[in-house]
Amino acid sequence: MPISQIILELFEGLLVSVQIFAITLLFSLPLGLVVALGRMSKNSTISGITKVYISIMRGTPLMLQLFVVYYGPYYLFNIKLNPTYRNMAVYIGFVINYAAYFAEIYRSGIQSMPVGQYEAAEILGYNKVQTFFSIIMPQVIKRILPSVTNEVITLVKDTSLAFSISVMEMFTKAKALSSSQTSMTPLIVAGVFYYVFNFIVAYLMDKAEKKLDYYK
Amino acid sequence: MNLLEMKNVKKSFGDLQVLRDISLEVGDGEIVSIIGPSGSGKSTLLRCATLLENMDAGMLKYEDEVVAKNDPDGKAVYADRKTIKKVKSAYGLVFQQFNLFPHWNVLRNVTDAVINVQKKSRAEAEKIGKELLDKMGLIDKAEYYPYQLSGGQQQRVAIARALALNPKVLFFDEPTSALDPELTGEVLKVIKSLKELHIAMVIVTHEMAFARDISDKVIFMADGVIVEQGSAEEVFNSENERMKLFLGRYKDIL
Ligand SMILES: Nc1ncnc2c1ncn2[C@@H]1O[C@H](COP(=O)(O)OP(=O)(O)OP(=O)(O)O)[C@@H](O)[C@H]1O
Ligand SMILES: [Mg+2]
Repeated sequence: MPISQIILELFEGLLVSVQIFAITLLFSLPLGLVVALGRMSKNSTISGITKVYISIMRGTPLMLQLFVVYYGPYYLFNIKLNPTYRNMAVYIGFVINYAAYFAEIYRSGIQSMPVGQYEAAEILGYNKVQTFFSIIMPQVIKRILPSVTNEVITLVKDTSLAFSISVMEMFTKAKALSSSQTSMTPLIVAGVFYYVFNFIVAYLMDKAEKKLDYYK
Repeated sequence: MNLLEMKNVKKSFGDLQVLRDISLEVGDGEIVSIIGPSGSGKSTLLRCATLLENMDAGMLKYEDEVVAKNDPDGKAVYADRKTIKKVKSAYGLVFQQFNLFPHWNVLRNVTDAVINVQKKSRAEAEKIGKELLDKMGLIDKAEYYPYQLSGGQQQRVAIARALALNPKVLFFDEPTSALDPELTGEVLKVIKSLKELHIAMVIVTHEMAFARDISDKVIFMADGVIVEQGSAEEVFNSENERMKLFLGRYKDIL
């Protein structure tokens, strides 16, 4: 197989990887905030449940979680889902896993905010929602951006775990091509793609951090 | 009518009784200084008056709105949300640590609550904001961010931010304690200049000369009670032993 063919096939896989990446971020970032608020809730049932959820998500392998999400409906409830559920299972698995990690990042950021900011807002008459979204969160985002960047870069590489339930993303394709062609080339090309992907992500995150450098 | 009235206020943190039975009144446009040793409960008193802290017992009233009063068991019960919201618009508080919002420039720090809390138009808010910044000598800093200002300038922005909401009474909790001596002077000067606005001010301070010069009434607190109150002259010339002991430390500046 000519290298151009390999590149073309892997590029198709890359698009799937990018899709997993984008959908995971799109849903897990807001969901993580909701989970973080639950974790900090004064209601002990809510904070207890979210605490257990976060601890399971962070304490077990993502690959295992993907298996549970994909095979669970059948083994546990005897629900037959058609094979297109594969992609959905990957999205669900990644979103609930990353939401847990982001929740802990949000939580540490929110808890690092000085109480004086809340008190000043209260005295000025802002309500709780205004205080949170216009005073607290913008500052939290600046504080947590470096940790978020780390997670996002890990996510780029983690998308390859989707191969465990045979989703045709880049790593799955590279592995298949490599064994059918008995060649290292597809793996090397995939490595280069991952590297470039991450390079772009790191560049964009760096730009975002610089953008928030206008204050201290 | 008094602007603010507090009666028999008690407040404890765990076993520590910080306010033991405080009663005070602040009249329209009156300037009241609260002095006293560290740990005597001055900040706690301001925090109870501004609802940052709930008192355990006692009465709190702004003009004719009762914010809290004792139930038959002698425990403070607070009014409903609507009353509290209304009352909150009557006062402002300037913090020792300024507590400006670092992600907003000076003008936005001063105008945002005017727009988003008082629901005035942006144009009106900016007019108010710029006038106040001008008064504070900070009009050329309107576009700066708080980290680009000195402590004294930050505190003046905080004062402008509080004044922009047009409070009837403004509380200050040691507004100059976080500042170097040179910067203290400029902030005290600004506070003195507010006299002409005829808003009431309640100022917790360790600046004795300032308290003596500016106040209509001075309150000396120790161990959670008011030991002495009256005109500056009365309090600073008091024969009370605790008062004399406390003022002894400031002898050379008075
Ligand atoms: N949230 C709190 N929890 C527990 N104890 C507190 C709390 N706030 C204040 N205290 C205690 O209450 C006492 C009075 O504190 P407060 O801050 O009112 O004193 P202060 O007169 O303002 O002193 P300073 O001049 O040092 O500012 C102190 O012993 C303090 O440790
Ligand atoms: Mg204090």
